Formats: sequence, C-alpha cells, structure tokens
Amino acid sequence: MTVKQRKIVLASSIIALSFGIVPTVSAMHIMEGFLPPSHCILWGILCIPFLIAGFFSINRTRKEHRKTLLIFAMAGAYAFVLSALKIPSVTGSSSHMTGTGLGAILFGPAAVSILGLIVLIFQAVLLAHGGLTTLGANTFSMAIAGPLLTYGVYKLCQKMKMNRLVSIFLAAFLGDLFTYCVTSVQLAFSHPSEVGGMAASLAKFLGIFAVTQIPLAVIEGILTVIVIIGLESYAKSELKELGYLSR
Amino acid sequence: MTKRGKLVIVLLLLSAVIAVVPLILIQDSEFGGADGAAEEAITEIDPDYETWASPVIEPPGGETESLLFCVQAGLGAGVFGFILGRLTERKKHEKN
Repeated sequence: MTVKQRKIVLASSIIALSFGIVPTVSAMHIMEGFLPPSHCILWGILCIPFLIAGFFSINRTRKEHRKTLLIFAMAGAYAFVLSALKIPSVTGSSSHMTGTGLGAILFGPAAVSILGLIVLIFQAVLLAHGGLTTLGANTFSMAIAGPLLTYGVYKLCQKMKMNRLVSIFLAAFLGDLFTYCVTSVQLAFSHPSEVGGMAASLAKFLGIFAVTQIPLAVIEGILTVIVIIGLESYAKSELKELGYLSR
Repeated sequence: MTKRGKLVIVLLLLSAVIAVVPLILIQDSEFGGADGAAEEAITEIDPDYETWASPVIEPPGGETESLLFCVQAGLGAGVFGFILGRLTERKKHEKN
C-alpha cells in the first residue's frame, strides 16, 4: 500500500471506530428488515475501512501480480458456489457455507471482503436472501470477521509449524463457524430478550446459527483443503507469486 | 494413483457423508433455513418488533428461488471449472 492509501484506510478506520464507541446500542444472513436502522448503519460504517483496504489490495494485485488474478477469480467463484448450497444439518435446519476462507488464506482478509460483498449483494437483490438493509451487518460477519479469523488462525498455525493442510482445514473451519457466531451476536445486540437480556438472546441465536453451522464448517474446511491440493499441483507458480508457497 | 489423489477422494466422500447423515438421522424435519428459525426466535423474544424493510424483489415461490440459487451455483462452478481446466492444460503443455 502506498502512503496515500494507508492514510485513507486509517482515516476511514478512525471514523468507523468513533461510531463504534458511541453507545448506539439500546446463517444464514440476517433477514431484510430484521435489524433496527441504527444498527444497519453502524455495521455498514464499520465495514467501510475494510472494503477500502480491500479495494486497494485488489488494485495492487492487479498491478503487481497480474497472473494471480485468475486464482482470485477462482476464489470468488468458489465463494459463489459454496454460499449457494444449502446443506442439511444436525439441528434439523439448513444453512450454507461462506466460501470466503480460501480467498482469505491466499489473498488476505482485505481482498476477500470485496468478494464477500459481491456475493451478498447478489443474494440480497435477486434471491431475497439476506437483505440490502442488513447488507452491512452481513458483510461484517461473512466478508470481514470470518476471513479475518481464518487469516489469523492460518498465520498462527504456520508459526507453530503445523502441517499445511491441517492448518488450512482449521482456518477455514473456524472462520466459517465464527461468521455465524458474529451473526448471532449482531442479532442478540438488536433483540435482547426481556428475560435474561442480551445473554439469553445470544444463547438462543447461537443455538440456531452456530450449532447448525458446525457440520457445515467441517465441510467447508475439507473442501478448502481439496481446492488447495488442486492449486498446489496445477498453479504452483501463482501460489509462489502470492507468497503462499516459498519461492 | 498418487497419495494426494487418494486423499482428495477420501475427503470428498467424507464431506458427502457429513451432509447426508442428518437427513438419515432426523426424520421429522423439513430442514428449513436457519434464517427462518431465527425469524421465529425474534418474534418470540421481541413480539413488538416490526420489520421495517422487505426484499426488493422476492421470488414468487420455492421453485423460482431454487432456480436462482442454481444460477448462482452454476455461475460459480462454471468459472471455477473453466479456470481449473486452463490450469491443468497448462501443466500438460509445460511437460511437453
């Protein structure tokens, strides 16, 4: 990132943070209209610095590592497929995966925020799944918080010299699960229970979203490992350029 | 077959099993979306809450909705497969 780009990201972060501090607080994605307007705006603003950073990150990839764009498109397509598949789970309800883990591991969490946003807009506008008013909250959980955790877990596992495929599994699995934990927190924030307050609501939403998501998160972890195995054998040069494989 | 090839097949089978097991174990469920379950929970916790926005375009029914989800998956799978195909071909050429 250039100095100017850093400044823009920093400035937008400060604005976002200052909104975060103001106590405005009185799996599937959050449904249209199910968050109060103030929360929609809050989550939306929190996303902006990440999206700007993502925009710069993609731009840099485009200029400096042009040949990796093909892999980036692949990561986007992967997120498209995975978030369209609603899979039955042990709780008796269905949910879908996020598919953002692959991109986060290869391109970093910032770039993926844009991919996730595209998927979410597609689903909100055409599929009535998620929503435009809840776009900010959903982007935050699926395109920012999840990928961020995935990236962190992956880097940590690398530091601990863990087997690479095992670290990818763990990173994608935890990132997927974390997305739906964040969704539950967002809903609990907006809909605290009269009896027991936010904690009671949180327990309830975690029971719905997070528990449903556990087997799906395992599947996402496995699929991400499979794709990486494929890329390692067919796209070595791109992975080296991305710094995923050592040169 | 290489060791990794075998691993891929085992992993694919494993993920299919994980997806199918709930269908066999839980008989009396329609496997509705978790977002629907959350909607019910919200109405329960917050009976006075009124949704203040509704989707811009709502598919008329389940069939159209599943069509659109298929389009999404199809688009993704198409692009993914196209790129993977190019990569595998490239590797072949590199060898020759």
